[in-house]
Amino acid sequence: MNILVLIKQVPDTTDVRIDRETNTLIREGVPSIINPFDMYAIEEGLRLRESAGSGTVTVMSMGPPQVEGALREALALGVDDAILLSDRAFAGSDTWATSYTLAAGIRKRGAFDIVLCGKQAIDGDTAQVGPGVAKLLGIPQVAYVRKLTLDGARCTAERMMEDGSDVLDVPLPALFTVVKEINEPRLPSLKGKMKAKKAEITVWGVSDLDVDDREIGLDGSPTRVMTIFAPELRKNGIVFEGEVDETVALLVKELVPVLKAEI
Amino acid sequence: MDYFLTEEQEMLKELCEQIAREKILPMREELDESGEFPWEIVKVLAESDIYGIYIPEEYGGFGGGAFEMCIATEELSKVCGGISLAFAASALGAYPILLFGSDEQKKKYLAPLASGEKLAAFALTEANAGSDVGAIETRAELDGDEYVINGTKQWITNGGVADIYSVIVRTKKSTGVRGISALIVEKDTPGFTFGKKENKMGIRASTTRELIFQDCRVPKENLLGREGTGFIVAMRTFDKSRPGVAAQAVGIAQGAFDEAVKYARQREQFGKPIASFQGIQFMLADMATQIEAARALVYAAARMVDSGASDVGKNSAMAKVFASDVAMKVTVDAVQILGGYGYMKEYPVEKMMRDAKITQIYEGTNQIQRSIIASAVIKDSAAKERKGK
Repeated sequence: MNILVLIKQVPDTTDVRIDRETNTLIREGVPSIINPFDMYAIEEGLRLRESAGSGTVTVMSMGPPQVEGALREALALGVDDAILLSDRAFAGSDTWATSYTLAAGIRKRGAFDIVLCGKQAIDGDTAQVGPGVAKLLGIPQVAYVRKLTLDGARCTAERMMEDGSDVLDVPLPALFTVVKEINEPRLPSLKGKMKAKKAEITVWGVSDLDVDDREIGLDGSPTRVMTIFAPELRKNGIVFEGEVDETVALLVKELVPVLKAEI
Repeated sequence: MDYFLTEEQEMLKELCEQIAREKILPMREELDESGEFPWEIVKVLAESDIYGIYIPEEYGGFGGGAFEMCIATEELSKVCGGISLAFAASALGAYPILLFGSDEQKKKYLAPLASGEKLAAFALTEANAGSDVGAIETRAELDGDEYVINGTKQWITNGGVADIYSVIVRTKKSTGVRGISALIVEKDTPGFTFGKKENKMGIRASTTRELIFQDCRVPKENLLGREGTGFIVAMRTFDKSRPGVAAQAVGIAQGAFDEAVKYARQREQFGKPIASFQGIQFMLADMATQIEAARALVYAAARMVDSGASDVGKNSAMAKVFASDVAMKVTVDAVQILGGYGYMKEYPVEKMMRDAKITQIYEGTNQIQRSIIASAVIKDSAAKERKGK
């Protein structure tokens, strides 16, 4: 069972600050972590390897050289090897170009049975890269998975829905994005941390991958960010208390002028 | 202050800090209240290789020593001095085997302790014996190939939860310390049961229980060292373990101090944060200085233990007595700085104050430590004088 986990390094905050001039995230002074949802993907990879009794877990990420830190953290958890896709030409990638580049990396890596991702990254919140990679690789994908069970060359995935869950029987290879309900990530071990410190991390640039220059980096990214802003806080609603008849009458009285103004 | 940790020691510190923050912090209040043993944390520590840090690599450990024990114990104790004891007390139980065990005993017992699969405990104290080791009454009589143990041990940390017990027993009726030996007793040995679980002031997540031996038979191979060396086993064990207790005290003090500084910066009175008042500032300055002095002494003692020096008793005792007195003072002051809030259970400093008290009492009361220090310095002075003549 060969498992690939795609991870992203993100700033350690859910309260990101934005540079008003450039409309980009301010990363200075903010420590970097592995995207929390990706921690569940790593844990699931390790558990699937353990339950299969053999195989490897490989983590892959795309980003600047400092992402090596995130990959070493994954290695300390017990992941077998790590690949970093890093090149100036990849800079400025949106989710489209990122999916394209990661898919190229996965193809180069070769044989795999399962690709795992977190459901989304806490910085961009798009949840697009996982499904994008699956589409480009031409393999089935299930998002928002809260339970995975291996059964030979197939896998049963429980997908979390708003009103319950779907159980899907999926042929492998396939890609799954996972939610935090799927497991509880382990902590690193001392031996793992020491091994990770010395481990070799494979770095692939543009020349190592079979990619079209027009599909990568800023040029390959159709997304243009016009503006980034913090949404205005919504005002509190009004609560009408009392008997139903009275409160409905009050509500209508309030609503009518608002609706008239809208028209 | 920079203590020039190696890369491996930094990694250990970082990992223990992470375990404390992510796993211990969310549970400490609940476990302090309920007095439940922290099995979940034990599992995390085991999976992270922490239980093996002081055990040699040939027995499945990480190959560190007393200094590594101090780093780990301090980090865990910053968040909870009770939960950290589930780890440190196992080392106390393992040291007699590590120091005096035969190769066979080490192979059999140290490997499962290194992996955290099993826990150990050290049993010396009885109702009428503690500081006075020579007064112990638990008997072990040789009958063929077995020792038959009878007696009761009291206030045993990890009692009932540990699998392997290093028990100090009387093998000769003669009074005094020369009739004392150390035996390994495994849980579930017939005749070995546990008495009441103590309801303690602090370190409540750590389990403290009575051990009861009634015609409990153990093979004579379970003897540690030779018969009659039990006092030496206990003393050498304490020489090695006392820096660990001292590190627990430093950790508790640091945890309380961090809470006090944070609070003093936030709490406003008379329109200013209380950290801007000199009365508070001088308290904080003294607390920080005392903690750093204690840490420096503890680390120096631990490094001396690890150097293999033979005469470490005095220094271990100094580290233990100083650090535990600092922990008591600093935690009391932390409660004072938090005022009424400090006295409430919503804030962690009252718990830290309760936890700190035990470090002045166990593994030799601070009065016993002072006796050890005094007798060492008096002996040194006499020896110098003899040489001078």
